[in-house]
Amino acid sequence: MAGQTLYDKLFESHLVRTNEDGSSLIYIDRQVLHEVTSPQAFEGLRLAGRKPWRVDANIATPDHNVPTTERSGGVDEIVDPVSKIQVKTLDENCDEFGILEFKMNDHRQGIVHVMAPEQGAILPGSTAVCGDSHTATLGALGALAHGIGTSEVEHVLATQCLITKQMRNMLIRVDGELGLGVTPKDVVLHVIGVIGTAGGTGYAIEFGGDVFRAMSMEGRMTVCNMAIEAGARVGLVSVDQITIDYFEGRPFSPKGEHWDAAVAEWSSLVSDTDAEFDAVVEINAADIEPQVTWGTSPEMVVGISGQVPNPDAEKDKVKVDGINRALKYMGLQADQKITDIQLDRVFIGSCTNSRIEDLRDAAKVVEGRKVAENIIQALVVPGSGLVKAQAEKEGLDKIFVAAGLEWREPGCSMCLAMNPDKLGNGEHCASTSNRNFEGRQGFGGRTHLVSPAMAAAAAVTGHFIDVRELIK
Amino acid sequence: MNKFTLHTGIAAPMDRANIDTDMIIPKQFLKSIKRSGFGKNLFDELRYLDEGQPDQSCEGRPLNEEFVLNQARYQGASVLLARENFGCGSSREHAPWALDDYGFRSVIAPSFAEIFYNNCFKNGLLPIVLHDDKIDQLFNEAAVTEGYQLTIDLDRQLVVTPSGEEMAFSIDDFRKHCLLNGLDDIGLTLQHGEDIRAYEEKRRQQAPWLFGAIK
Ligand code: SF4
Repeated sequence: MAGQTLYDKLFESHLVRTNEDGSSLIYIDRQVLHEVTSPQAFEGLRLAGRKPWRVDANIATPDHNVPTTERSGGVDEIVDPVSKIQVKTLDENCDEFGILEFKMNDHRQGIVHVMAPEQGAILPGSTAVCGDSHTATLGALGALAHGIGTSEVEHVLATQCLITKQMRNMLIRVDGELGLGVTPKDVVLHVIGVIGTAGGTGYAIEFGGDVFRAMSMEGRMTVCNMAIEAGARVGLVSVDQITIDYFEGRPFSPKGEHWDAAVAEWSSLVSDTDAEFDAVVEINAADIEPQVTWGTSPEMVVGISGQVPNPDAEKDKVKVDGINRALKYMGLQADQKITDIQLDRVFIGSCTNSRIEDLRDAAKVVEGRKVAENIIQALVVPGSGLVKAQAEKEGLDKIFVAAGLEWREPGCSMCLAMNPDKLGNGEHCASTSNRNFEGRQGFGGRTHLVSPAMAAAAAVTGHFIDVRELIK
Repeated sequence: MNKFTLHTGIAAPMDRANIDTDMIIPKQFLKSIKRSGFGKNLFDELRYLDEGQPDQSCEGRPLNEEFVLNQARYQGASVLLARENFGCGSSREHAPWALDDYGFRSVIAPSFAEIFYNNCFKNGLLPIVLHDDKIDQLFNEAAVTEGYQLTIDLDRQLVVTPSGEEMAFSIDDFRKHCLLNGLDDIGLTLQHGEDIRAYEEKRRQQAPWLFGAIK
């Protein structure tokens, strides 16, 4: 019998039963809740007179709607009434049902996918869900993590199970060594450029090969975070010593005897060497340079030395239309050099790139430089209160502020513009977030996805530039 | 979810085809964080003469006296008689939530929009398809008889008129089973509660660190 993939091991070890219609019930070890997708789920529980199956499997924090400017006034001073009511409702629901919540001004509050691993709330070998599609991030920990919708949030609260179907397996292998200035974000953008935004549909993607083995946990989270932009609901990295070291001493990590038993179990959380994947994609690390998206889908991406594509060079009618529509929305010319794109704003943050390493990368580039005159605003939004505290301990906040960037409170911020941080109509933004869809960062806003180092380089020069020229 | 077995209630005739989900519950009310409380804004634009706002009390708003649900004889109605393609439009569940919250248990029409039809079952509301002739007959009888009530017997799949006439309807077995037993997805999964508990016990032995850690 062929060996098993990590995904199949995780899936099968959580199987409660297979239903008559072929779907499966899998047990969920952890649910992470936030204010946008949980209110109607709690309401549903109340209306049906149900209680959460297991309170201690849940952890919550508000992130999408919280203001990132000074907010010591608390929830009552949130200006937008819809935001305020969502954050308040989360507080009330968690209080009522006894669920642990890091409230808006708790120093542990943060973006769900940053907060949960940092606390050790999601552990290797566990299953996790959250009502947000970027839950794939947590697969970097060797956990099986699914993004789900509101009715499923309620289902997991009430039953501790998710109804799902086993997916197929895809391996993305990146071997070799990454060049200077090439980061995990560039790797994942390149991968999406290769396989396309639907390339991973129906698959659980495992990221394997030298590059991921050498990558830090933060980097692996950046990569898995964007598995969903390649169409896959699940992204995974096999467990190794780097994973185990990451969890040692975290607040909800196992302690003492439990730690030893956990480590022994976690060590088996790898795809067997003879495991068979339904699809394999191989990429050479040396082919990856810093990436920039030029269009309105994450697959519309090129290396920094490249140029905006020309629809005339494309034969497929659907693709030609797609390029033309994107060029028009983005206000770009065919064949324009990427380095000629002028920018208006810079956003460093989001669950893709707001962890401490991301902020270090960005700070290294802006240190001793100034934000360019044409940049209206450059935001740095740490992913959690703990990331913020760590960055301040290292003096990164001072470097950002001295260079003219704004240092903010943790939250989703300009990633999706549900709070006051937004792009103006027609403005170009170098953003470390994960979606460049039309209007994602504000009505008419034009998003270019890049790594933190590339965003920082763009901030100090006012246009895209190969970050390797600044960190030589 | 509410069980549906046998129900008798006043039938209100809504004589209009293609009632869409925006008519059932206008979009300004969808921003709510709740799934209850939509009943007072059910059919808001048809029911009131002014424009309804979220969070506004509906007491004292000018009523459209002609609208069927505002007529004295249909107060307390729990069965809605409707025309073809009822519930077309959006996939959001606010439309069945609003009907349910108002007090409707069943909608009888010659045809329904598919997503709405599915959403009804998830929310304990029984959509019944009857032939045009039967629908016409029910509309006529309801118009001439004040306090006209219909009995719906889900087990026998019958709509029974006050004169005792029985009208058969068809329904998918699985959905019938769920409604008769008050089972939504969650209810169905909870039927396997023992399997879940057995798994959980095994899990607790295997990975005790995942239990009781977060508090
Ligand atoms: S940072 Fe952006 S992508 Fe991540 S959870 Fe928040 S809104 Fe979603």
